[in-house]
Amino acid sequence: MEQSPVGGIIIGLYIFTLAAFLGYHLITRVPPLLHTPLMSLTNAISSISIVGAILVAGMKHDKFTTALGFIAVIAASINLFGGYAITERMLRMFRGRGIR
Amino acid sequence: MNWLNFIYFLSAVFFILGIKGMTDPRTARQGNFIAAAGMVLAIVGTLLRKEIVSYEWIIIGFIIGGTIGLLIAIFMPMTRMPERIALSHSFGGLAASLVGISEYYRHGAEMGNVKIAAIGFEVLFGSITFTGSLMAFGKLAELIPSRPITYRFQNQSNILLFFITIFIWIYLIFNPSASHLFYAMVLLCFLVGILIVLPIGGADMPVVICLLNSYAGLAAAATGFVLGNNILIIAGALDGGSGFILAILMSKAMNRSFANVLFGAFGAISEELKQKQDEFYAGKIKATTPEEVAYLLENARLVMIVPGYGLAVSQAQHVLGELAKYLKSKGVDVKFAIHPVAGRMPGHMNVLLAEAGVPYDDLLELEPSNNLFPEADVAIVVGANDVVNPLAREDKNSPIAGMPILDVDRAKTVVVIKRSLAPGFAGVPNPLFIKENTLMLFSDAKQGLQEILNSLRGTVSRLH
Repeated sequence: MEQSPVGGIIIGLYIFTLAAFLGYHLITRVPPLLHTPLMSLTNAISSISIVGAILVAGMKHDKFTTALGFIAVIAASINLFGGYAITERMLRMFRGRGIR
Repeated sequence: MNWLNFIYFLSAVFFILGIKGMTDPRTARQGNFIAAAGMVLAIVGTLLRKEIVSYEWIIIGFIIGGTIGLLIAIFMPMTRMPERIALSHSFGGLAASLVGISEYYRHGAEMGNVKIAAIGFEVLFGSITFTGSLMAFGKLAELIPSRPITYRFQNQSNILLFFITIFIWIYLIFNPSASHLFYAMVLLCFLVGILIVLPIGGADMPVVICLLNSYAGLAAAATGFVLGNNILIIAGALDGGSGFILAILMSKAMNRSFANVLFGAFGAISEELKQKQDEFYAGKIKATTPEEVAYLLENARLVMIVPGYGLAVSQAQHVLGELAKYLKSKGVDVKFAIHPVAGRMPGHMNVLLAEAGVPYDDLLELEPSNNLFPEADVAIVVGANDVVNPLAREDKNSPIAGMPILDVDRAKTVVVIKRSLAPGFAGVPNPLFIKENTLMLFSDAKQGLQEILNSLRGTVSRLH
Protein backbone atom coordinates (compact mmCIF):
# COMPACT_ATOMS: atom_id res chain seq x y z
CA MET A 1 0.00 0.00 0.00
CA GLU A 2 2.75 2.46 -0.83
CA GLN A 3 0.73 4.72 -3.10
CA SER A 4 0.29 8.41 -2.49
CA PRO A 5 -2.34 8.90 0.23
CA VAL A 6 -4.87 10.35 -2.24
CA GLY A 7 -4.37 7.43 -4.67
CA GLY A 8 -4.94 4.97 -1.82
CA ILE A 9 -8.13 6.72 -0.80
CA ILE A 10 -9.45 6.68 -4.37
CA ILE A 11 -8.83 2.95 -4.70
CA GLY A 12 -10.45 2.54 -1.30
CA LEU A 13 -13.50 4.46 -2.52
CA TYR A 14 -13.78 2.18 -5.56
CA ILE A 15 -13.67 -0.86 -3.32
CA PHE A 16 -16.13 0.63 -0.83
CA THR A 17 -18.64 1.58 -3.52
CA LEU A 18 -18.47 -1.76 -5.32
CA ALA A 19 -18.78 -3.68 -2.06
CA ALA A 20 -21.74 -1.51 -1.02
CA PHE A 21 -23.56 -2.22 -4.32
CA LEU A 22 -22.83 -5.92 -4.07
CA GLY A 23 -24.00 -5.89 -0.46
CA TYR A 24 -27.20 -4.08 -1.45
CA HIS A 25 -28.11 -6.72 -3.99
CA LEU A 26 -27.24 -9.63 -1.73
CA ILE A 27 -28.99 -8.28 1.32
CA THR A 28 -32.24 -7.36 -0.40
CA ARG A 29 -32.47 -11.07 -1.27
CA VAL A 30 -32.25 -12.17 2.36
CA PRO A 31 -35.77 -13.15 3.50
CA PRO A 32 -37.22 -11.32 6.55
CA LEU A 33 -37.24 -14.75 8.20
CA LEU A 34 -33.46 -14.47 8.56
CA HIS A 35 -33.08 -10.76 9.30
CA THR A 36 -31.97 -11.27 12.92
CA PRO A 37 -29.28 -13.87 12.07
CA LEU A 38 -28.25 -11.64 9.14
CA MET A 39 -27.70 -8.77 11.50
CA SER A 40 -25.69 -10.86 13.93
CA LEU A 41 -23.61 -12.26 11.06
CA THR A 42 -22.79 -8.88 9.51
CA ASN A 43 -22.00 -7.70 13.01
CA ALA A 44 -19.57 -10.60 13.44
CA ILE A 45 -18.04 -9.83 10.05
CA SER A 46 -17.52 -6.19 10.97
CA SER A 47 -15.45 -7.34 13.94
CA ILE A 48 -12.75 -7.56 11.24
CA SER A 49 -11.72 -4.23 12.75
CA ILE A 50 -9.86 -6.53 15.15
CA VAL A 51 -7.15 -6.47 12.46
CA GLY A 52 -6.61 -2.79 13.29
CA ALA A 53 -6.77 -3.48 17.01
CA ILE A 54 -4.14 -6.23 16.71
CA LEU A 55 -1.79 -3.87 14.90
CA VAL A 56 -2.20 -1.23 17.58
CA ALA A 57 -1.81 -3.67 20.49
CA GLY A 58 1.06 -5.73 19.10
CA MET A 59 3.53 -3.24 17.68
CA LYS A 60 5.29 -2.30 20.93
CA HIS A 61 4.20 1.33 20.92
CA ASP A 62 4.08 3.42 24.09
CA LYS A 63 1.94 2.22 27.03
CA PHE A 64 -1.05 4.45 26.29
CA THR A 65 -1.33 3.19 22.71
CA THR A 66 -0.95 -0.42 23.78
CA ALA A 67 -3.70 0.09 26.38
CA LEU A 68 -6.06 1.51 23.75
CA GLY A 69 -5.21 -1.39 21.44
CA PHE A 70 -5.76 -3.90 24.25
CA ILE A 71 -9.25 -2.57 25.00
CA ALA A 72 -10.00 -2.52 21.28
CA VAL A 73 -8.93 -6.17 20.97
CA ILE A 74 -11.28 -7.10 23.85
CA ALA A 75 -14.22 -5.17 22.37
CA ALA A 76 -13.70 -6.60 18.89
CA SER A 77 -13.19 -10.17 20.06
CA ILE A 78 -16.45 -10.07 22.06
CA ASN A 79 -18.21 -9.53 18.72
CA LEU A 80 -15.94 -11.91 16.89
CA PHE A 81 -16.45 -14.98 19.04
CA GLY A 82 -19.93 -14.07 20.25
CA GLY A 83 -21.19 -13.04 16.82
CA TYR A 84 -20.51 -16.28 15.00
CA ALA A 85 -21.53 -18.41 17.97
CA ILE A 86 -24.90 -16.74 18.45
CA THR A 87 -25.61 -16.77 14.71
CA GLU A 88 -24.96 -20.51 14.71
CA ARG A 89 -27.15 -20.95 17.80
CA MET A 90 -30.05 -19.15 16.11
CA LEU A 91 -29.68 -20.83 12.73
CA ARG A 92 -29.65 -24.28 14.33
CA MET A 93 -33.19 -23.57 15.52
CA PHE A 94 -34.59 -22.82 12.08
CA ARG A 95 -36.16 -25.96 10.70
CA GLY A 96 -38.22 -26.53 7.60
CA ARG A 97 -41.35 -28.62 7.66
CA GLY A 98 -40.61 -32.32 7.70
CA ILE A 99 -36.97 -31.80 8.64
CA ARG A 100 -36.47 -32.86 12.20
CA MET B 1 3.28 -8.17 2.25
CA ASN B 2 1.98 -9.66 -1.01
CA TRP B 3 0.90 -13.01 0.40
CA LEU B 4 -0.96 -11.16 3.13
CA ASN B 5 -2.91 -9.09 0.62
CA PHE B 6 -3.88 -12.33 -1.08
CA ILE B 7 -5.12 -13.76 2.23
CA TYR B 8 -7.18 -10.62 2.87
CA PHE B 9 -8.59 -10.93 -0.62
CA LEU B 10 -9.61 -14.55 0.07
CA SER B 11 -11.31 -13.62 3.31
CA ALA B 12 -13.25 -10.85 1.53
CA VAL B 13 -14.53 -13.48 -0.91
CA PHE B 14 -15.47 -15.71 2.03
CA PHE B 15 -17.40 -12.87 3.69
CA ILE B 16 -19.40 -12.24 0.53
CA LEU B 17 -20.14 -15.95 0.05
CA GLY B 18 -21.11 -16.11 3.71
CA ILE B 19 -23.70 -13.37 3.34
CA LYS B 20 -24.91 -14.98 0.13
CA GLY B 21 -25.61 -18.10 2.20
CA MET B 22 -28.06 -16.08 4.29
CA THR B 23 -30.40 -15.64 1.32
CA ASP B 24 -31.88 -19.09 2.03
CA PRO B 25 -32.54 -20.79 5.37
CA ARG B 26 -31.12 -24.04 3.96
CA THR B 27 -27.71 -22.55 3.25
CA ALA B 28 -27.58 -20.05 6.13
CA ARG B 29 -25.53 -22.17 8.55
CA GLN B 30 -23.05 -22.96 5.82
CA GLY B 31 -22.83 -19.22 5.12
CA ASN B 32 -22.07 -18.46 8.75
CA PHE B 33 -19.34 -21.09 8.71
CA ILE B 34 -17.77 -19.72 5.53
CA ALA B 35 -17.78 -16.19 6.94
CA ALA B 36 -16.15 -17.46 10.14
CA ALA B 37 -13.47 -19.20 8.08
CA GLY B 38 -12.80 -15.91 6.29
CA MET B 39 -12.34 -14.25 9.65
CA VAL B 40 -9.88 -16.90 10.86
CA LEU B 41 -7.85 -16.44 7.67
CA ALA B 42 -7.67 -12.68 8.08
CA ILE B 43 -6.68 -12.88 11.75
CA VAL B 44 -4.03 -15.55 11.31
CA GLY B 45 -2.61 -13.59 8.39
CA THR B 46 -2.48 -10.43 10.49
CA LEU B 47 -0.84 -12.17 13.45
CA LEU B 48 1.94 -13.40 11.15
CA ARG B 49 2.84 -9.87 10.04
CA LYS B 50 6.38 -9.04 10.97
CA GLU B 51 5.36 -5.68 12.48
CA ILE B 52 3.64 -7.57 15.28
CA VAL B 53 6.36 -8.04 17.86
CA SER B 54 4.54 -8.63 21.12
CA TYR B 55 1.66 -11.03 21.49
CA GLU B 56 0.87 -10.96 25.19
CA TRP B 57 -1.77 -8.20 25.13
CA ILE B 58 -3.33 -9.59 21.99
CA ILE B 59 -3.69 -13.04 23.50
CA ILE B 60 -5.01 -11.77 26.84
CA GLY B 61 -7.48 -9.57 24.94
CA PHE B 62 -8.62 -12.53 22.87
CA ILE B 63 -9.18 -14.63 25.96
CA ILE B 64 -11.09 -11.96 27.87
CA GLY B 65 -13.17 -10.80 24.89
CA GLY B 66 -13.73 -14.32 23.59
CA THR B 67 -14.94 -15.56 26.97
CA ILE B 68 -17.36 -12.66 27.40
CA GLY B 69 -18.59 -13.02 23.81
CA LEU B 70 -19.14 -16.77 24.06
CA LEU B 71 -20.87 -16.52 27.44
CA ILE B 72 -23.28 -13.95 26.05
CA ALA B 73 -23.83 -16.08 22.94
CA ILE B 74 -24.57 -19.21 24.93
CA PHE B 75 -26.71 -17.81 27.73
CA MET B 76 -28.54 -14.82 26.25
CA PRO B 77 -32.24 -15.77 25.99
CA MET B 78 -33.68 -15.42 22.48
CA THR B 79 -36.24 -12.95 23.80
CA ARG B 80 -33.30 -10.63 24.58
CA MET B 81 -31.68 -10.81 21.18
CA PRO B 82 -32.23 -7.08 20.48
CA GLU B 83 -30.25 -6.24 23.65
CA ARG B 84 -27.37 -8.48 22.61
CA ILE B 85 -27.28 -6.93 19.12
CA ALA B 86 -27.32 -3.41 20.56
CA LEU B 87 -24.43 -4.30 22.88
CA SER B 88 -22.40 -5.76 20.04
CA HIS B 89 -22.85 -2.61 17.94
CA SER B 90 -21.58 -0.70 20.92
CA PHE B 91 -18.42 -2.84 21.18
CA GLY B 92 -17.86 -2.58 17.43
CA GLY B 93 -18.10 1.20 17.60
CA LEU B 94 -15.75 1.31 20.59
CA ALA B 95 -13.10 -0.81 18.86
CA ALA B 96 -13.14 1.38 15.73
CA SER B 97 -13.07 4.55 17.78
CA LEU B 98 -10.10 3.40 19.90
CA VAL B 99 -8.07 2.38 16.87
CA GLY B 100 -8.69 5.83 15.41
CA ILE B 101 -7.75 7.61 18.63
CA SER B 102 -4.51 5.66 18.95
CA GLU B 103 -3.56 6.47 15.34
CA TYR B 104 -4.14 10.13 16.02
CA TYR B 105 -2.28 9.99 19.33
CA ARG B 106 0.83 8.65 17.60
CA HIS B 107 0.87 10.59 14.31
CA GLY B 108 -1.70 13.35 14.80
CA ALA B 109 0.35 16.41 13.97
CA GLU B 110 2.19 15.10 10.93
CA MET B 111 -0.91 13.62 9.27
CA GLY B 112 -2.02 14.61 5.79
CA ASN B 113 -5.50 16.07 5.26
CA VAL B 114 -6.83 12.91 3.69
CA LYS B 115 -5.78 10.68 6.56
CA ILE B 116 -7.05 12.97 9.27
CA ALA B 117 -10.38 13.19 7.43
CA ALA B 118 -10.63 9.39 7.48
CA ILE B 119 -9.63 9.18 11.16
CA GLY B 120 -12.12 11.89 12.07
CA PHE B 121 -14.87 10.00 10.27
CA GLU B 122 -13.89 6.76 12.00
CA VAL B 123 -13.86 8.30 15.46
CA LEU B 124 -17.06 10.25 14.79
CA PHE B 125 -19.12 7.24 13.77
CA GLY B 126 -17.36 4.86 16.16
CA SER B 127 -17.99 7.03 19.21
CA ILE B 128 -21.60 7.90 18.37
CA THR B 129 -22.28 4.19 17.79
CA PHE B 130 -20.61 3.30 21.09
CA THR B 131 -22.73 5.47 23.39
CA GLY B 132 -25.83 5.44 21.17
CA SER B 133 -25.93 1.64 21.22
CA LEU B 134 -25.33 1.55 24.96
CA MET B 135 -28.38 3.81 25.33
CA ALA B 136 -30.40 1.57 23.02
CA PHE B 137 -29.32 -1.40 25.15
CA GLY B 138 -30.38 0.44 28.32
CA LYS B 139 -33.79 1.22 26.85
CA LEU B 140 -34.37 -2.32 25.60
CA ALA B 141 -33.32 -3.82 28.92
CA GLU B 142 -35.46 -1.15 30.65
CA LEU B 143 -32.49 0.00 32.71
CA ILE B 144 -33.65 3.43 31.60
CA PRO B 145 -37.28 4.21 30.72
CA SER B 146 -38.06 2.92 27.23
CA ARG B 147 -40.54 5.73 26.57
CA PRO B 148 -39.26 8.83 24.78
CA ILE B 149 -37.45 11.20 27.14
CA THR B 150 -38.03 14.73 25.92
CA TYR B 151 -37.24 18.28 26.99
CA ARG B 152 -37.58 21.71 25.46
CA PHE B 153 -35.44 22.59 22.44
CA GLN B 154 -34.23 18.99 22.39
CA ASN B 155 -34.06 18.57 18.63
CA GLN B 156 -32.59 22.02 18.15
CA SER B 157 -29.83 21.48 20.71
CA ASN B 158 -29.05 18.00 19.39
CA ILE B 159 -28.75 19.26 15.85
CA LEU B 160 -26.59 22.16 17.02
CA LEU B 161 -24.26 19.80 18.90
CA PHE B 162 -24.04 17.54 15.89
CA PHE B 163 -23.10 20.44 13.63
CA ILE B 164 -20.48 21.66 16.10
CA THR B 165 -18.98 18.16 16.00
CA ILE B 166 -18.96 18.14 12.19
CA PHE B 167 -17.45 21.62 12.20
CA ILE B 168 -14.60 20.48 14.48
CA TRP B 169 -14.01 17.54 12.16
CA ILE B 170 -13.74 19.84 9.13
CA TYR B 171 -11.47 22.23 11.07
CA LEU B 172 -9.20 19.31 11.99
CA ILE B 173 -8.84 18.31 8.35
CA PHE B 174 -7.07 21.61 7.73
CA ASN B 175 -5.39 21.87 11.15
CA PRO B 176 -4.47 18.30 12.09
CA SER B 177 -2.29 19.39 14.99
CA ALA B 178 -5.17 20.87 17.04
CA SER B 179 -5.16 17.89 19.37
CA HIS B 180 -7.34 19.46 22.07
CA LEU B 181 -10.08 19.84 19.52
CA PHE B 182 -9.65 16.24 18.43
CA TYR B 183 -10.26 14.92 21.94
CA ALA B 184 -13.08 17.42 22.44
CA MET B 185 -14.66 15.97 19.31
CA VAL B 186 -14.46 12.46 20.75
CA LEU B 187 -16.22 13.58 23.93
CA LEU B 188 -18.85 15.48 21.96
CA CYS B 189 -19.53 12.35 19.90
CA PHE B 190 -20.06 10.33 23.08
CA LEU B 191 -22.54 12.98 24.20
CA VAL B 192 -24.33 13.14 20.85
CA GLY B 193 -24.71 9.34 20.85
CA ILE B 194 -26.49 9.49 24.22
CA LEU B 195 -28.67 12.48 23.37
CA ILE B 196 -29.96 11.29 20.01
CA VAL B 197 -31.28 8.01 21.43
CA LEU B 198 -32.99 9.62 24.50
CA PRO B 199 -36.13 10.82 22.65
CA ILE B 200 -36.68 7.54 20.80
CA GLY B 201 -39.30 5.17 22.17
CA GLY B 202 -39.09 1.41 22.59
CA ALA B 203 -41.13 0.37 19.57
CA ASP B 204 -38.99 2.51 17.26
CA MET B 205 -35.95 0.49 18.30
CA PRO B 206 -36.01 -1.71 15.16
CA VAL B 207 -35.10 1.35 13.06
CA VAL B 208 -32.57 2.66 15.59
CA ILE B 209 -30.79 -0.69 15.92
CA CYS B 210 -30.52 -0.93 12.15
CA LEU B 211 -29.15 2.60 11.83
CA LEU B 212 -26.57 1.98 14.58
CA ASN B 213 -25.68 -1.25 12.76
CA SER B 214 -25.05 0.84 9.70
CA TYR B 215 -22.90 3.38 11.64
CA ALA B 216 -20.82 0.57 13.16
CA GLY B 217 -20.17 -0.71 9.64
CA LEU B 218 -19.20 2.73 8.37
CA ALA B 219 -16.81 3.14 11.31
CA ALA B 220 -15.16 -0.19 10.43
CA ALA B 221 -14.89 0.87 6.78
CA ALA B 222 -13.29 4.16 7.85
CA THR B 223 -10.78 2.16 9.90
CA GLY B 224 -9.92 0.43 6.63
CA PHE B 225 -9.27 3.80 4.97
CA VAL B 226 -7.06 4.88 7.87
CA LEU B 227 -4.98 1.70 7.87
CA GLY B 228 -5.02 1.34 4.07
CA ASN B 229 -6.61 -2.07 4.52
CA ASN B 230 -9.12 -3.20 1.90
CA ILE B 231 -10.67 -6.09 3.82
CA LEU B 232 -11.88 -3.65 6.48
CA ILE B 233 -13.35 -1.44 3.78
CA ILE B 234 -15.22 -4.36 2.22
CA ALA B 235 -16.49 -5.81 5.49
CA GLY B 236 -17.49 -2.33 6.70
CA ALA B 237 -19.33 -1.58 3.46
CA LEU B 238 -21.25 -4.88 3.69
CA ASP B 239 -22.17 -4.25 7.34
CA GLY B 240 -23.02 -0.60 6.79
CA GLY B 241 -25.08 -1.39 3.71
CA SER B 242 -26.92 -4.20 5.45
CA GLY B 243 -27.88 -2.01 8.40
CA PHE B 244 -29.03 0.76 6.12
CA ILE B 245 -31.23 -1.51 3.98
CA LEU B 246 -32.82 -3.03 7.07
CA ALA B 247 -33.44 0.46 8.49
CA ILE B 248 -35.24 1.43 5.28
CA LEU B 249 -37.34 -1.75 5.37
CA MET B 250 -38.27 -1.12 9.01
CA SER B 251 -39.28 2.48 8.54
CA LYS B 252 -41.30 1.53 5.45
CA ALA B 253 -43.08 -1.08 7.55
CA MET B 254 -44.13 1.76 9.87
CA ASN B 255 -44.75 4.23 7.02
CA ARG B 256 -42.47 6.73 8.76
CA SER B 257 -39.39 8.62 7.62
CA PHE B 258 -36.01 8.38 9.36
CA ALA B 259 -36.46 12.00 10.44
CA ASN B 260 -39.78 11.18 12.03
CA VAL B 261 -38.32 8.20 13.88
CA LEU B 262 -35.23 10.10 15.06
CA PHE B 263 -36.81 13.42 15.96
CA GLY B 264 -40.51 12.67 16.29
CA ALA B 265 -40.42 11.46 19.95
CA PHE B 266 -43.17 9.09 18.83
CA GLY B 267 -45.22 7.34 21.46
CA ALA B 268 -45.38 9.90 24.26
CA ILE B 269 -48.81 9.12 25.74
CA SER B 270 -50.91 11.86 27.33
CA GLU B 271 -53.51 11.58 30.09
CA GLU B 272 -56.14 13.21 27.94
CA LEU B 273 -55.75 10.47 25.39
CA LYS B 274 -56.36 7.77 27.99
CA GLN B 275 -59.67 9.43 28.91
CA LYS B 276 -60.79 9.61 25.31
CA GLN B 277 -59.93 5.99 24.89
CA ASP B 278 -62.11 4.88 27.82
CA GLU B 279 -65.09 6.53 26.10
CA PHE B 280 -64.10 4.91 22.82
CA TYR B 281 -64.28 1.37 24.20
CA ALA B 282 -67.09 1.85 26.73
CA GLY B 283 -69.69 -0.91 26.54
CA LYS B 284 -68.49 -2.29 23.22
CA ILE B 285 -65.96 -4.86 24.36
CA LYS B 286 -66.79 -8.55 24.26
CA ALA B 287 -64.66 -10.47 26.73
CA THR B 288 -64.15 -14.18 26.36
CA THR B 289 -62.75 -17.14 28.31
CA PRO B 290 -59.97 -19.63 27.53
CA GLU B 291 -62.60 -22.37 27.27
CA GLU B 292 -64.55 -20.49 24.62
CA VAL B 293 -61.35 -19.85 22.63
CA ALA B 294 -60.44 -23.53 22.90
CA TYR B 295 -63.86 -24.44 21.52
CA LEU B 296 -63.39 -22.06 18.59
CA LEU B 297 -59.94 -23.45 17.83
CA GLU B 298 -61.06 -27.07 17.91
CA ASN B 299 -63.70 -26.39 15.31
CA ALA B 300 -61.51 -24.34 13.00
CA ARG B 301 -59.86 -25.44 9.78
CA LEU B 302 -57.34 -22.63 9.54
CA VAL B 303 -55.99 -20.68 12.53
CA MET B 304 -53.68 -17.71 12.01
CA ILE B 305 -51.57 -16.41 14.86
CA VAL B 306 -50.20 -12.85 15.01
CA PRO B 307 -47.36 -12.51 17.53
CA GLY B 308 -46.03 -9.18 18.80
CA TYR B 309 -43.48 -7.89 21.26
CA GLY B 310 -45.79 -8.84 24.16
CA LEU B 311 -45.05 -12.47 23.30
CA ALA B 312 -41.36 -11.86 23.95
CA VAL B 313 -42.04 -9.88 27.13
CA SER B 314 -44.05 -12.68 28.71
CA GLN B 315 -41.74 -15.35 27.19
CA ALA B 316 -44.78 -17.14 25.79
CA GLN B 317 -43.19 -18.48 22.62
CA HIS B 318 -42.84 -22.06 23.89
CA VAL B 319 -46.48 -22.33 25.01
CA LEU B 320 -47.52 -20.84 21.68
CA GLY B 321 -45.39 -23.41 19.84
CA GLU B 322 -46.99 -26.21 21.86
CA LEU B 323 -50.47 -24.90 21.16
CA ALA B 324 -49.73 -24.80 17.42
CA LYS B 325 -48.32 -28.31 17.51
CA TYR B 326 -51.36 -29.61 19.39
CA LEU B 327 -53.80 -28.02 16.95
CA LYS B 328 -51.89 -29.44 14.01
CA SER B 329 -51.99 -32.90 15.53
CA LYS B 330 -55.78 -32.52 15.53
CA GLY B 331 -55.82 -31.63 11.86
CA VAL B 332 -56.18 -27.85 12.25
CA ASP B 333 -53.95 -25.86 9.90
CA VAL B 334 -51.91 -23.24 11.78
CA LYS B 335 -50.01 -20.33 10.23
CA PHE B 336 -48.13 -17.45 11.80
CA ALA B 337 -48.43 -13.94 10.37
CA ILE B 338 -45.31 -11.89 11.06
CA HIS B 339 -45.28 -8.13 10.70
CA PRO B 340 -41.81 -6.72 9.88
CA VAL B 341 -41.78 -4.53 13.01
CA ALA B 342 -43.33 -7.05 15.39
CA GLY B 343 -40.70 -7.15 18.13
CA ARG B 344 -37.76 -4.90 18.79
CA MET B 345 -35.51 -5.76 15.86
CA PRO B 346 -35.95 -7.11 12.34
CA GLY B 347 -36.81 -10.80 12.32
CA HIS B 348 -37.14 -11.02 16.11
CA MET B 349 -40.43 -12.98 16.09
CA ASN B 350 -39.09 -15.49 13.55
CA VAL B 351 -36.21 -16.36 15.86
CA LEU B 352 -38.53 -16.79 18.86
CA LEU B 353 -40.92 -19.04 16.95
CA ALA B 354 -38.03 -21.06 15.51
CA GLU B 355 -36.85 -21.52 19.09
CA ALA B 356 -40.32 -22.80 19.97
CA GLY B 357 -40.01 -25.44 17.25
CA VAL B 358 -42.32 -23.85 14.67
CA PRO B 359 -41.14 -24.86 11.17
CA TYR B 360 -40.26 -21.79 9.11
CA ASP B 361 -42.63 -22.76 6.30
CA ASP B 362 -45.45 -21.80 8.67
CA LEU B 363 -44.11 -18.27 9.21
CA LEU B 364 -45.74 -15.95 6.69
CA GLU B 365 -44.74 -12.42 5.72
CA LEU B 366 -47.13 -9.50 5.49
CA GLU B 367 -48.54 -10.00 2.00
CA PRO B 368 -49.15 -13.76 2.00
CA SER B 369 -50.69 -13.37 5.46
CA ASN B 370 -53.13 -10.75 4.25
CA ASN B 371 -54.09 -12.94 1.32
CA LEU B 372 -54.85 -15.76 3.71
CA PHE B 373 -56.77 -13.94 6.50
CA PRO B 374 -60.18 -14.05 4.70
CA GLU B 375 -59.91 -17.86 4.73
CA ALA B 376 -58.98 -18.09 8.40
CA ASP B 377 -61.63 -19.25 10.85
CA VAL B 378 -59.80 -17.82 13.84
CA ALA B 379 -57.04 -15.22 14.06
CA ILE B 380 -55.27 -14.97 17.42
CA VAL B 381 -53.42 -11.76 18.23
CA VAL B 382 -50.83 -12.26 20.98
CA GLY B 383 -49.06 -9.23 22.38
CA ALA B 384 -49.46 -7.12 19.23
CA ASN B 385 -51.49 -3.94 18.90
CA ASP B 386 -50.53 -1.22 16.43
CA VAL B 387 -49.59 -3.68 13.66
CA VAL B 388 -53.21 -4.93 13.57
CA ASN B 389 -54.93 -1.55 14.01
CA PRO B 390 -57.42 -0.96 11.15
CA LEU B 391 -57.13 2.81 11.75
CA ALA B 392 -53.97 2.62 9.64
CA ARG B 393 -56.21 1.78 6.67
CA GLU B 394 -59.24 3.85 7.57
CA ASP B 395 -58.23 7.09 9.29
CA LYS B 396 -56.03 9.42 7.29
CA ASN B 397 -55.37 11.63 10.32
CA SER B 398 -54.21 8.84 12.60
CA PRO B 399 -50.52 8.83 13.58
CA ILE B 400 -50.26 5.35 12.08
CA ALA B 401 -52.10 6.26 8.84
CA GLY B 402 -50.74 4.37 5.85
CA MET B 403 -48.74 1.91 7.93
CA PRO B 404 -49.02 -1.52 6.32
CA ILE B 405 -50.93 -3.70 8.78
CA LEU B 406 -52.01 -7.30 9.13
CA ASP B 407 -55.71 -7.46 8.19
CA VAL B 408 -56.74 -9.77 11.02
CA ASP B 409 -60.24 -8.29 11.06
CA ARG B 410 -60.90 -10.13 7.79
CA ALA B 411 -60.77 -13.49 9.59
CA LYS B 412 -64.12 -14.96 10.68
CA THR B 413 -63.34 -14.56 14.37
CA VAL B 414 -60.55 -12.58 15.98
CA VAL B 415 -59.27 -13.37 19.46
CA VAL B 416 -57.04 -10.74 21.05
CA ILE B 417 -55.01 -11.89 24.05
CA LYS B 418 -54.03 -8.77 25.97
CA ARG B 419 -53.64 -7.82 29.60
CA SER B 420 -55.71 -4.63 29.40
CA LEU B 421 -57.05 -2.11 26.93
CA ALA B 422 -53.87 -0.05 27.27
CA PRO B 423 -52.98 1.56 23.96
CA GLY B 424 -50.10 0.35 21.83
CA PHE B 425 -46.98 2.35 21.21
CA ALA B 426 -48.68 4.77 18.84
CA GLY B 427 -51.03 5.82 21.65
CA VAL B 428 -54.21 5.44 19.63
CA PRO B 429 -57.26 3.30 20.47
CA ASN B 430 -57.69 0.19 18.38
CA PRO B 431 -61.13 -0.20 16.70
CA LEU B 432 -60.28 -3.86 16.13
CA PHE B 433 -61.14 -4.49 19.79
CA ILE B 434 -64.76 -3.37 19.32
CA LYS B 435 -65.40 -5.05 15.97
CA GLU B 436 -68.37 -7.38 15.64
CA ASN B 437 -66.16 -10.46 15.19
CA THR B 438 -63.56 -9.69 17.88
CA LEU B 439 -63.32 -11.38 21.26
CA MET B 440 -60.96 -10.11 23.98
CA LEU B 441 -59.20 -12.53 26.28
CA PHE B 442 -57.85 -10.37 29.09
CA SER B 443 -54.78 -12.19 30.31
CA ASP B 444 -51.01 -12.30 30.29
CA ALA B 445 -49.94 -13.89 26.99
CA LYS B 446 -48.23 -16.91 28.53
CA GLN B 447 -50.96 -17.61 31.05
CA GLY B 448 -53.77 -17.11 28.54
CA LEU B 449 -52.21 -19.45 25.99
CA GLN B 450 -51.50 -22.04 28.66
CA GLU B 451 -55.13 -21.97 29.81
CA ILE B 452 -56.37 -22.37 26.24
CA LEU B 453 -54.02 -25.32 25.78
CA ASN B 454 -55.11 -26.89 29.08
CA SER B 455 -58.72 -26.47 28.13
CA LEU B 456 -58.13 -28.09 24.73
CA ARG B 457 -56.39 -31.06 26.31
CA GLY B 458 -59.07 -31.32 28.96
CA THR B 459 -61.89 -31.41 26.40
CA VAL B 460 -60.26 -34.16 24.42
CA SER B 461 -59.55 -36.35 27.42
CA ARG B 462 -63.18 -35.97 28.49
CA LEU B 463 -64.29 -37.23 25.08
CA HIS B 464 -62.22 -40.39 25.32
